[in-house]
Amino acid sequence: MATVLAFAETRGGRLRTVALEAATAARGVADALGADVAACVFGPPGVEKEAEALRRHGADVVVCAAGESFARYSPEPFTHLLAEEMARRDPLVAVFPASALGKDLAPRVAARLRVGLASEVTELRVEGGALIAVRPVYAGKAFASVRFASRPALVSIRPNVFQPRENPRSGTPAEAAANPVTISARTRVVAFEEEQRGELDVAEAPIVVSGGRGMKGPEHWQLLEALVEALGPRASLGASRAVVDAGWRPHAEQVGQTGKVVSPEVYFAIGISGAIQHQAGMRTAKVIVAVNKDPEAPIFKLVDYGIVGDLFEVLPKLTEEIRKLRASAS
Amino acid sequence: MNITVCVRRVPDTETRIKIAPDGKGIDPTGVKFVLNPYDEFAVEEALRLKEQAGQGTLTAVTLGGEAAKETLRTVLAMGADQAVLLKGEPSFDGLGTAEILAEYLKDRPLDLVFFGKQAIDDDNMQVPAMVAELLELPCVTVVVELQRKDGVWHAKREVEGGHEIVEFTTPAVIAAQKGLNEPRYPSLKGIMAAKKKPLEEVEVGTAESRVVLERLTPPPERKGPVFIGEGPEAVSELVRRLREEAKVL
Repeated sequence: MATVLAFAETRGGRLRTVALEAATAARGVADALGADVAACVFGPPGVEKEAEALRRHGADVVVCAAGESFARYSPEPFTHLLAEEMARRDPLVAVFPASALGKDLAPRVAARLRVGLASEVTELRVEGGALIAVRPVYAGKAFASVRFASRPALVSIRPNVFQPRENPRSGTPAEAAANPVTISARTRVVAFEEEQRGELDVAEAPIVVSGGRGMKGPEHWQLLEALVEALGPRASLGASRAVVDAGWRPHAEQVGQTGKVVSPEVYFAIGISGAIQHQAGMRTAKVIVAVNKDPEAPIFKLVDYGIVGDLFEVLPKLTEEIRKLRASAS
Repeated sequence: MNITVCVRRVPDTETRIKIAPDGKGIDPTGVKFVLNPYDEFAVEEALRLKEQAGQGTLTAVTLGGEAAKETLRTVLAMGADQAVLLKGEPSFDGLGTAEILAEYLKDRPLDLVFFGKQAIDDDNMQVPAMVAELLELPCVTVVVELQRKDGVWHAKREVEGGHEIVEFTTPAVIAAQKGLNEPRYPSLKGIMAAKKKPLEEVEVGTAESRVVLERLTPPPERKGPVFIGEGPEAVSELVRRLREEAKVL
């Protein structure tokens, strides 16, 4: 049977949400092509136990490479192993997450196999037996529909777009990868510096609260941090280019054309006027909420919900109401 | 030290994108083109390394048409020693472009090859890692800090929720992220000097696209506001609507 491959990213031996998104996306394509899904999972010893969650999200086969040498991402061994696995299974399509790891690995695999890769895909469909991918270009100022002139068709999918969906498959035990030899790596991760707020990145968070120049200074960010806190562990902080360029916030938080492009369930734009390059980074959010004192700000053309007013009055009230709501719900 | 920096000419971030009538590209009328913003960090880092080393050659390379010369002149004005225009058409995906670059680079002396982490037109974010793979070189992408301590190179790479510190050997490919440095502006003296620096042209033709563009479409329109309130009094109504109507709380 034909195969669609999903690369299931792990960190610390556990699947990341993007792994389940990749499995879900692969399942959808496989169903349309009449194919099976093979999910590849690399990680430290014990990572085999993650196979269950992949099967629950549509994987027919789970291929594991477990070992200390796969505990951390390294481009060369990962490329080698995945290319071997692809040579063995000859998939029609391979789905990667467009995460930091996926965006480093997928191009290397594509170059090794000399096949085309479509990055940051937001839609996959099959027309006349051929895969069509839709992906934003010019940071989402336009969308490109593309087809593939080589096989396998490689895609990386934008986080938060393909919501993980359960579609349980019968349980065959995880298979070992074809040839999990360790090849020497000329790049080696020697340390990891973790950010205070933990792993949830603005690019992957279902809820994003972004602040702009209207915040008037970095000392007021505690107001946004309080709102993020109230919204719970699925929320993360973002920032406009203006405040990153001013040095108020780190670049890792920047949303926009020269920062992250995000598609959360809900995006709060606080004190952000909505320059074109910022819009490019957030206009695919499912719901957009803005608070701004200027009713003419371009952001209000994009929003679903907005409040015109002084954010220093609105924000504390908003935080308080959301905190109350969540307290009463739990 | 031999450093190459690969750059690209792209529309400025403030540009409104108008799709060409055939849906196969953008209408370039009135579009301001600039050096890809991420490439500025790559050029700056390359210049600093060369200045620290006190010797070496910094070569700027691009794949593009006649107009891309302007982009190369910008890099020369920032301080690169020489430039090469690979005259041709980039591919829609990264691989065709990477193959042309790798073919050009393969027989040249290389210590470091710099790229911006992605070009802000196609947003592929593929070419640096692909060139590394084709040249069988190590590569670190999304780099925000680069240093050499006791003869060992380290790059700090941005990932979700933190940074990886990556040790690597040279020759290597480095893809620069914003934050790596503060790029310099070309000085008047630099701009004058750039006019006299060597700019070589090599015909390479059109790169092969394995990902084929069917059509470009504008982004989906947003529905428009369903509720705009005024002042803190509107907060309760907003929260109610976010919970009951939008179901996001």
